[in-house]
Amino acid sequence: MNTPLRRVGIAMMVMILLLMGNATYVQVIKADDYRKDDHNRQRVLLNEYSRERGQIIASDGTPIANVKATDDSYRYQRVYANGPAYAPVTGYYSLTYGSGGVERIEDDLLNGSDDRLFARRLSDVITGRDPKGASLQLTVDPKVQQTAYDEMTTRGFTGSVVALNPQTGAILGMVSTPSYDPNRLASHDGDEQEKAWQEYTAEGGDQPTLNRAVQATYPPGSTWKVVVAAAALEDGKTKDTQLTAAPTITLPNTNTQLPNFNETNCGSGSTASMEEALARSCNTAFAELAGELGEQKLTKQANKFGMNDKELTVPQTVAASTYGPVPDKAALFQSGIGQRVVDMTPLENAVIAGTIANGGVRMKPYLVQKLIAPDLSVIDETKPDEAEDAISPQTANTLRDMMLKSETNTGGEGRLTGVNIASKTGTAEHGVDPAAVPPHAWYIAFAPAEKPTIAVAVIVENGGDRGLGATGGKVAAPVGRAVIGAYLAGR
Amino acid sequence: MLGFASALVTAALILVEANQEQELTMQIVYYGLAYMALFAVAHLAVRKWAPYADPVILPCVALLNGLGLVMIHRIDLANEGEVFAGELYSAKAPKQVLWTAVALILFCLVLKFVSDHRTLAKYGYTAGLVGLVALILPGILPSFIAPEINGAKIWLTFGAFSIQPGEFAKILLMVFFAAFLVSKRDLFTAAGRQFLGLDLPRARDLGPLVAAWAVGVSIMVLQKDLGSSLLFFGIVLVLLYVATERAAWVVVGLVLFSGGAVVAWKLFNHVQQRVSNWLDPLATYDLPGGGFQIAQSLFGLGTGGIFGAGLGAGRPDLIPEANTDFITSAIGEELGFVGLSAMLLVYMVFSMRGLRSAIAVRDSFGKLLGGGLSFALCFQVFIVVGGVTKLIPMTGITAPFLSYGGSSLLANYVLVALLLRISDAARGPKVVPKPKPQQPAIADQYTVMVERPK
Repeated sequence: MNTPLRRVGIAMMVMILLLMGNATYVQVIKADDYRKDDHNRQRVLLNEYSRERGQIIASDGTPIANVKATDDSYRYQRVYANGPAYAPVTGYYSLTYGSGGVERIEDDLLNGSDDRLFARRLSDVITGRDPKGASLQLTVDPKVQQTAYDEMTTRGFTGSVVALNPQTGAILGMVSTPSYDPNRLASHDGDEQEKAWQEYTAEGGDQPTLNRAVQATYPPGSTWKVVVAAAALEDGKTKDTQLTAAPTITLPNTNTQLPNFNETNCGSGSTASMEEALARSCNTAFAELAGELGEQKLTKQANKFGMNDKELTVPQTVAASTYGPVPDKAALFQSGIGQRVVDMTPLENAVIAGTIANGGVRMKPYLVQKLIAPDLSVIDETKPDEAEDAISPQTANTLRDMMLKSETNTGGEGRLTGVNIASKTGTAEHGVDPAAVPPHAWYIAFAPAEKPTIAVAVIVENGGDRGLGATGGKVAAPVGRAVIGAYLAGR
Repeated sequence: MLGFASALVTAALILVEANQEQELTMQIVYYGLAYMALFAVAHLAVRKWAPYADPVILPCVALLNGLGLVMIHRIDLANEGEVFAGELYSAKAPKQVLWTAVALILFCLVLKFVSDHRTLAKYGYTAGLVGLVALILPGILPSFIAPEINGAKIWLTFGAFSIQPGEFAKILLMVFFAAFLVSKRDLFTAAGRQFLGLDLPRARDLGPLVAAWAVGVSIMVLQKDLGSSLLFFGIVLVLLYVATERAAWVVVGLVLFSGGAVVAWKLFNHVQQRVSNWLDPLATYDLPGGGFQIAQSLFGLGTGGIFGAGLGAGRPDLIPEANTDFITSAIGEELGFVGLSAMLLVYMVFSMRGLRSAIAVRDSFGKLLGGGLSFALCFQVFIVVGGVTKLIPMTGITAPFLSYGGSSLLANYVLVALLLRISDAARGPKVVPKPKPQQPAIADQYTVMVERPK
């Protein structure tokens, strides 16, 4: 009787093996299909929401987004320490409306399901700890972020401020106004969430959830002149190259006049050096210079500064800033002063300023400094990434000197003492009838000029509080200077 | 090993509490101690009444039972305050703890009073009769005492609690079959006619067996308890095979089974439903009686993945009946593939130790009963785990020692007691009859002077 008993034993083992094999199939091979099945949303969401989501902290460790334990079935609620100021950085995390920004992009890490946390998840299973999400340390400097946000909101500006560390590409601040409060979207009260969502996404509203720093593109106006100047310098011209000083020129093959600001002569002579033309922001000089350089050289230089890059992520996807295509000579002239065929994000303009500040080396901008595991060990740290040598160090030095002159020539409040800022302002026309629409005010700058540690780009849409009379110097420059001041004062 | 099992179970309980309630209370310590005390008593009972019994079996049972209690408690926590079918959910774990205590008492009693498993063989026919009656009872009794629950009419209710006599019938009938087959074993292999290369026993020898089997299976089908009938059928087949050592019986049995399955599928609506739920649970997801339950089980297992969500951190309460038939998918969700496999391995070790005892024991009845009991356990696991993981169609059946349910627990503890008894007999020292004082050979006898009588 023992032989059949042994065979029965084998049959029993086969049964158990079959079960384990099938369990492998269900839990390992098909696991993802089942997990992601539409019918299973409830379980996945409940699981995810009830997991302790990782923190988002600023570069100095200040918590930006945290969780608070609740006694409802979701167990944790997302809490943003200073919601509106940091909303463009953090994004939002809503139970009903999904998530946005870093919350969405780094969701796997924050909710703890990322593969890099695999070993830790394993030990969580063994030790029975609640799986927790990893935390993100951002590059954002709270002083910069807060100052920029306060400067924009106290004046009621719509627009954006981006600040970078030119040597690394680390984003020190990224503000978009008007902003929204992600706390309301993270509410566990469905009605509150819905109300906030309706309000923030209302048709014809002021689009608070739009992250203008990376999602909106604007004509750069005169700030673009630094790129044209860079192309000219790289092409063998010097800062002393003489350009036209005419108060107005006629665009080729048209009757359209292109005037200097207030139709003034560029300086006192009939020609002006490139340095002077940039300092005075003479349109005619740069329009002609662009015409002389041609589309090809300008495009090449623009691309070296990171224009026309459709793939940049910081990790938010950055809308491509575009130069070209240039349809005709008139457009080429206009492109020399950052109009018509040029469009850029505030981030890109900060990158341009940062590239000049960094001796011509363009650094890839990034927002996430470190990934920190729940046990506080560092999983991953972003290393500064050199994107391209956009211009030679000599060109960069020359441009810096020219921009220093430009800053001295720029009006507006908030000048800093004891710090040399290199800057360029822009007053960009836009809309169908540019004369009737208040222009966008730009300011790009870096400081201290001798050894730059911060580069900023500020845009204030539609003239800010100055209406049709707005200029980059009057409207945007004070914001930029305040941000630089806050950053340098804190160091 | 018992201590190890206790520690594991207490640790699991702590995890559940920590995850679900976010706080630990002294209650855990009491639960842990109570559990440990229960099994300490069981252990002492084994030491006393079956000192040579296999030392691995009881810890395996303790581990499974403890894990089951933790899972039931965990699902209690999740369902706390919910309303099912108009009634507030009542916690199942305390009841199950009570059942465990009762089951362990029964376990001790069986160990004490069945001091030799061979005595059971004498009551083979009695056991068979009682088993059959127990099996039939809920089927024929009026529904106020034997209500139909979830489409199956297998319960007897007495006021607050209900039992499933079928669970006990399973063991009783196994005793009967084992006893019967042992007594007629020679006839099965020797007498009778040859048919298609198979030695058929004489009809009158085969009669009671076939009758019992047919009645059993048909009753099961009538009561719509597919899982139990499958289990029952498998056990009979294995006993027959082991007793006769003829593989042909297995072939015949499988053919019969396939035929029966097809017929059942054609005849019964609920069988068709089970099959289509099995083929594609998502297709019948929204239908009443459709694939919702199995799909949820698969989702749970899939979401648990390799390492699981962690005890108390999953959502096994989304699966209907998570504390009875689907308890293994709850375990798979929270402990993951690793936990589920570990659990299956514990079952395997347990049933293999049982089987080894059966092989080692010296009497045929013990071999047959031990083999049957071990196989029954393993097969039951196969049916239920295979069901919830969509390996085979789902047939309602409990997972031994894990699932909530008093009858199943009681019956399975009797099963373990019998296995331990058999293993005690197998491993114990041979009871060697005292050697008779040997007579020296006549030649070696020294001569004695016989004194002449005076």
